[in-house]
This record gives sequence, C-alpha cells and structure tokens, in this order.
Amino acid sequence: MTHFIDRRLNPKGKSLANRQRFLRRARAQIREAVQKSLKDAAVADIQKDRKIRISTKGTKEPRFRLDPRSGGEHDFVLPGNKEFMPGDEIKKPKSADGGQSGKQAADYAEAEDDFEFTMTQEEILDIFFEDLELPNLVRTTLTETPSKTWKRAGITTAGSPTQINLIRTMRNSFGRRLALQRPRLTDVEALQAQLDALETQAPQTEDTRAKIGALKTELAKLEAKRQWVAFVDPIDIRFNAFAEQPVPASRAVMFCLMDVSGSMGEREKDLAKRFYMLLHLFLKRRYDRVDIVFIRHTHDAQEVDEQEFFYSRLSGGTIVSTALEKMLEIQRERYATADWNIYAAQASDGYTQSGDARRCVEMLNDDIMPLCQYYAYIEILDEREMEVFASEDSGAELWRAYRTVAAGWQNFATKRISKPGDIFPVFRELFRKTESAA
Amino acid sequence: MTMPEKATLLFSEAEWDFATLDRALKVIEEIAVNELKLDVYPNQIEVISSEQMLDAYSSLAMPLMYNHWSFGKLFAREETLYRAGYTALAYEIVINSSPCISYLLEENSMTMQALVIAHAAFGHNHFFKNNYLFRQWTNAGGILDYLAFAKGYIAACEERYGRGDVEAVLDSAHALMDQGVFRYSRPPRPSRERMMEKHRKRREYEEEAYSELWRTLPAGIEPPLAPPIPDPEDDGGDMKLPEENILYFLEKHSPSLKAWQRETLRIVRTLAQYFYPQKQTKVMNEGCATFVHHAIMNRLYDKGLIGEGSLLEFLHSHTSVVFQPEFDDRRYNGINPYALGYGMMADIKRICEEPTAEDRDWFPAFAGNTDYMAILREAWANYRDESFIEQFLSPKLMRDFRLFALYDRAAEPTYKVSAIHNESGYRAVRSQLARQYDIGIAEPNIQVVDADLKGGRRLLLQHRMHRGVPLHEKTKHAVLAHVERLWGHEVDLEEVDAGA
Repeated sequence: MTHFIDRRLNPKGKSLANRQRFLRRARAQIREAVQKSLKDAAVADIQKDRKIRISTKGTKEPRFRLDPRSGGEHDFVLPGNKEFMPGDEIKKPKSADGGQSGKQAADYAEAEDDFEFTMTQEEILDIFFEDLELPNLVRTTLTETPSKTWKRAGITTAGSPTQINLIRTMRNSFGRRLALQRPRLTDVEALQAQLDALETQAPQTEDTRAKIGALKTELAKLEAKRQWVAFVDPIDIRFNAFAEQPVPASRAVMFCLMDVSGSMGEREKDLAKRFYMLLHLFLKRRYDRVDIVFIRHTHDAQEVDEQEFFYSRLSGGTIVSTALEKMLEIQRERYATADWNIYAAQASDGYTQSGDARRCVEMLNDDIMPLCQYYAYIEILDEREMEVFASEDSGAELWRAYRTVAAGWQNFATKRISKPGDIFPVFRELFRKTESAA
Repeated sequence: MTMPEKATLLFSEAEWDFATLDRALKVIEEIAVNELKLDVYPNQIEVISSEQMLDAYSSLAMPLMYNHWSFGKLFAREETLYRAGYTALAYEIVINSSPCISYLLEENSMTMQALVIAHAAFGHNHFFKNNYLFRQWTNAGGILDYLAFAKGYIAACEERYGRGDVEAVLDSAHALMDQGVFRYSRPPRPSRERMMEKHRKRREYEEEAYSELWRTLPAGIEPPLAPPIPDPEDDGGDMKLPEENILYFLEKHSPSLKAWQRETLRIVRTLAQYFYPQKQTKVMNEGCATFVHHAIMNRLYDKGLIGEGSLLEFLHSHTSVVFQPEFDDRRYNGINPYALGYGMMADIKRICEEPTAEDRDWFPAFAGNTDYMAILREAWANYRDESFIEQFLSPKLMRDFRLFALYDRAAEPTYKVSAIHNESGYRAVRSQLARQYDIGIAEPNIQVVDADLKGGRRLLLQHRMHRGVPLHEKTKHAVLAHVERLWGHEVDLEEVDAGA
C-alpha cells in the first residue's frame, strides 16, 4: 500500500520559529554586521534584502573531537595513488591541513569563523532602528498634546440622568422590594375586585358590611406600605461612570521644507531627498499613519507634490521664513496637534536674504517649536565648504541663527552634510536615544 | 542484457504527474519485490518544494522537530548557498520510519523521480528494515510519534520556563549528542506503549494536581513537580560507573537538574541514539540504495519501459553521484560513501558472476555463486561499514580506487606511506580503511569515571586516547562548560592512554 502525498501546498515557513531564535541568538554579531553593511550603501538600498556576514561567536556548536595534529599517531587511507611506494615519505602541507582529517578540520575551522546568510528588509530595518528612539515621544504626547477619550470606569451612585444604568438600578430596586415585602399591585387589585363585588351586592347584610370594613382596612394598609416602600427609591439608582483617558496620537505628519532656488543643484537635492526618505522610513515604523507635506520655497513658498519638490527648479531669491509660514498655515488647517505628531525637516544650502534669519528664529521659538516633536535642519554644503566650516560655530547666517534656536530646544537639531556617506551618521546622531542626549 | 521485452514506455516527457508517478511506482515495486526480493516497509512518498526540502535539511532531515536556533542557523546557511547556486539540493530525503517516508523534490524530471523512488523508497527502505543495527537500535514505528511528543514537550517547557532556559539546556545537550548514545550495551529501550503510558500518567498527575493558586505565586517559586514515576530502567541511585553515555548519566544522576530538564536530555539522547546506526552505515546505506536504483533503472530499460533518453539522463546522474575525486584533486573531500559503497556492491556482483582466480582466492565463500542478490541481502542485513569493508573489499577495487595508506605521527614533519594497492599491501590497506569507519576509533572515547555525590560533587570524565591522539583543545573547554552547566558543579576531564 503506497501513498503519494502532495505536500507542496503545505504552509511555508516551517522553520521561521527557528530563524527567529537564531537571529535573537546572534543579535550582537548581526547588529554589528548590519551597521557595517549599511554604512556605505545607498539609502534606497535599505529597502532590499541583503547578505550579511557574521562571525559565529555566540552561535558556536562545540563537540568533542579528536585533534591528531597536536599529538599521537594515526593511519588513514586515501584514494588516487600515482607514484608512491611503501616507505615513501610525504611532506606534510605547511598550513597543516593536508590529508583527509586535516582538510576536514580546516573546513570545520573556517566554517566556525564566518557565516554568511541573507536577511530580509524587515529584519534589517528592525535591527537598524533598534537603538534609535523617537526623541521626547512619550513626554510630549502624554503631557503636552494629548487628545482624550472617555472610557468606561464602572458604576457610581451619582451622575447625570442620561447615564442611569437601568439594569443595575432595577436589580437593586427589585431586591429592596423583595426584602421589604412591598405589596404587589396584583394583590391590591385582587382585594379591590373583592371589595367592589361585595359593595355591588344588592342586599347588604351585617356580615358583608363587616367584610367590607375588614377589606377596606386591609387595602388601606397595603396602600400605605406601597407608599413608603417606593417602587424605585433614590438609593437604588446607579449610573454608568466614565473616566477621561489620554490617547497617544498614532499619526505623524512630516513637513519637508526645501530651498529650491538656483543655488540648490541636483546634488544638493539628491542629498536632501535621501535624508527625507530615511526620516520617512523611520517614522513609518513608529506610527500607524504618516503624512508627508512637501513645501518648497524661493522667495515665496508653495506646497507641491513629491515629483515637483525634487525635480523642478525655480529662479528667485531665498526667503526661508516664507516656508515656515506656509508650514504653520498648513498645520493649523489640517494637522491639529492633538491628533498628529509633527515632525519637520528643513534642507537648505544655508543662504537666505539678510535679515530673514532673525525672523526665522523668532517664528521657530514662538510658534513652531512648541508644536513640533522634532525639527531637523540639514545644511548641505559642498566638500570644500565643509572643510572651511569645520567648526560647528562658524557658518553662514542661517546656520548661526539656527544654532541659537538649538541652544534653547532639545528637540531641535542642526547638522551639515556634504556627501551621501554623511547621511547615516547624521541620522543616527539626530535620533540618538534620549537618555544619551539628555 | 536480456532482449527488450515488448512494452510501452512508462513516460516519454520530462514532466511528471501523479498518474505517471503511480504507474512508475507499481512497476518499480514489482521489480524490487519480485526480482530483487527486497523486503520493505510500506512506502509513503511525498512531493515537496525546494523550500520545504531546505526546511527538512535543517531539522536533521526529520519531518517534525522541536525548535532550536541551531536549525535556524543551518537553514540560513543552506538557503544562502542554494540561492547563490553553490550547492544543488539533494534529490530526495528518506526517513527511517514505518511507513517509510521519502520526499521527492518537485523540480525533478520524471526520470529523476523514478530514480529517486527506486533509490529511496526501495533501496534505503530495504536497508532500514533489514540491517541489524537499525533493527536493534531504532524503533521505526514509533519515531514520528516520539518526535511529535518531543516537539510538544519542548514547546510546553518554553512556555512555562522561558525560552532562554530551555535553549540553554538544549545547547548543552546538543554539545554532548555524540556522547549521548549507548555504544556497546543494547540501550534500555522502553516499549513505545510504556513510554506513552508514562507520559499519560504524568499528564494526568499534572492535571489532578493543578491548582489556580499556583498561578498567584511570585515568580521563582515553582509548583511541586510530578513525583517521579517508578521506571524499571532506574537503578535506584547506583551509578554503575564507568558510563559511556554522558547524557544518560547526567539525566539520571545530575544533582542540579529539574524534572523537565532531565526529560529534555532524554529527548536529545533518544534522537542521538536514533541517528547512531546511520552514522555507522553511511557507506553501506548509500551503496545499497545506489545499487538498487542502478539495478532497477536498468531493468526498466531492459523491459522497454523507459527510453534511451531517460537511460542517459539516469546514467549521467548516477556517474556524478558515484564519482570519487583523487586525494590531490581540489574537489576531494574524503572518500565518497556512494562511490565506495556502490563500487563494493557492484564488485560483489562481478565476483559472483565472473570471478577471477584472485577472487576465488580471496572470497572462496561466494565467488561464482549464482545468486548474487542473496549475498548482497545477507551483507546488507548483517554488516556495518567497518565489518563490511573488512570482509568484502576486493583487491580489484583497491586497485581501481588506487588506495594507499599513510602513517601519521604528529611529532614528525612527514607522512609515511605504509601500504599501497599491491600484493603485500592489500590486507593492510583494507583493515586500515575499515578502521577508519570504526566509529569507536574515529570518535573520542569519553566516559564518566567518577562522581562525588556527597562531598564536593566533582564529576570526573576520562578520555581514553587511542594511540595518543588528544582532544581538540578549544572545543574541549567549550564542551566542558556545557557539561558543567548540566552537572551544576565542577567537572574535570583527564586524558589517559587507552593502553595504560
């Protein structure tokens, strides 16, 4: 009796649990390797699976094995003899990995040292973002810009009539009526019917009159009891209670501000784009929903779509504050701080109309920074300038002005970059864990 | 060769479907059982995808297995190699169980499927069912149930005691897997029913003793475990030293293990014991399967059931499987068990059918015997690699392989050629090769010799060195750390000369 079974459609990923265990096990080595492999890579590549080479430290599986090279004697048989005769001597290979056992040992040692495998994008990102945390996330969402919701919080004895909990109230009332033996309406009605019957009888004898009298007093007693044992007493009444609870906003909006005047060339825009992409990717992992608003500016600011943002070029002067105004306007219109975490990233080559920088600082300090979770200013220089402005303190007008803002706000960061290789380190520095920044 | 009998081809296309597989299986079964007189477990043949094949690879080639990171590591490595095209997947995996499960890879052509069915479902299957080592040491009927139990048990432990703790015990147990088998004495093998009964009783106790209260205890306090259920194989505290099965010893006598940890060790050593016969019969097992598929495929062609194209495809695959690179070849990676095994078995057939004077001299017992299959079936049933080579390796085959023996002394800068494939060297080369397959020599002989249960609780292991070959220093210390974890106290290992 033979069976053929088609297993091809069985669920895949049977070894997923093992893989997760392995990744956890080799965490330290993998993290190191991922950072190294991403450092020189293009930003767009972060979206791909990639090969990772790790050392097997931490994932070794030692077994007892013999080591004939370090002592003792043994014999072994090889195939393929060509010219050897009994008694011939063969030099041992220098690397000491000749012969069968030697070769196997060498393979073994090699395999133990290095290990290469492919990781998916998801796995890589998880590790890449592992020790980066959104700055001030908890603090600002829960204390400064909370939105609230009502949650049920049990039952209370006081409240507004609209919140009466009927079931609980009636249950209490029923229990009380039972305990205090409130006469039932049907009992009262039965007595009343008896009384009516007697009263309508034509010849009223002494006996019936006595009965009527007894019934009347009885009825009066019941009615009195019904009066003081109320059907629903105030002590029966229960209300649904609600309590206010803050909800952390799970949505983020990212404002991308960029100077697109003539001085910003393709190279500068490309660098800025990479930074925005990375920021977007990062926010995407933290929030359910991320909106992006692109604002470009010359001497005048507009909201545009991504294509235009990165690829069109305008001529004109440079007034940075127009972009900040536009951003505030859009924020007021569409992104209430209660519901949205606001992030802003501004890229510029550092030039602005003289005098404008001061206005920017005022706007940032007074209006923008209180709203933002984070504001990053990226100044894109060419490499020659980078050398000139080696010190953090020297720089163009906008840079110096923004440095004063950075002094006052922890969640404001300024950085200069000049080549793709600078982006990752900058990014990591900007979003370093809050503990170390504090 | 016999004249092709009149028949229609089983298949003419490379594509396969289940109807064709079924027809091929019937014909192959007919040849295997009636002509080759093979005795097999019922077959269960499963078609799987390449990813599932990788899955199976990485879990010790078993259809179900508990979870452990080392399997994930193996999978990650195999997958990378496979995707990069460095290695091809095996065409099949076969499991020593009853029914005997063989996996066919869906990408195989129809010819390859037929070959694999002959190879795995009849060749390996016959070997599993008949070889004395498998009959004696493994329980083909119960292994799948046991694995299901093991998987469930480990998962339950992970849930209850945390993944980290379970992983630590498994790591340590895996490090000692080679030392977790009974080599000489027949393992005390509880019947499957008794095992099941034991587990059932334990579960029942746990259910009875279950109380909501235990859940309210602060972490760290454990509910009382099931009292040990009396086990006939328990020896009541007598350690019976020396003990070669270190895992068994730790399971029974370690002063620091909890009940679930002991059960985990037991699972690992049960697996080790299950795989132990396979380690000792690589050459014979593969040789048997290769010989059987070769015989069956040729018979199919003789009967006119497969075409010449298929025959060539089969021969191409067959020759690459039995290819033996020479020692100075870059591809050389030890002696190919397929090549040696198949070579020896084909040679036995030759000695039976066309014996030379030399063969009659060396193998008087069966040279010229007309029923070579009877000789082979005998050999498959009653030998392991070491004894098979010692008995059946012929001078002709040694010449074909150009085998030569080397003597290696660690202290000296050269190897010495001690014997080659000539009249005076045949016997030496043959026993040298046979010894190479003796697992008692190829693997270190380590035993528990002393355990101080009352005082310092020191455990003493002893490595009895064969001809002075010591243990590899680094791995020795790494493994000893694992032994210490399981023993819970100091562990020492001394290396002594076996002769002393």
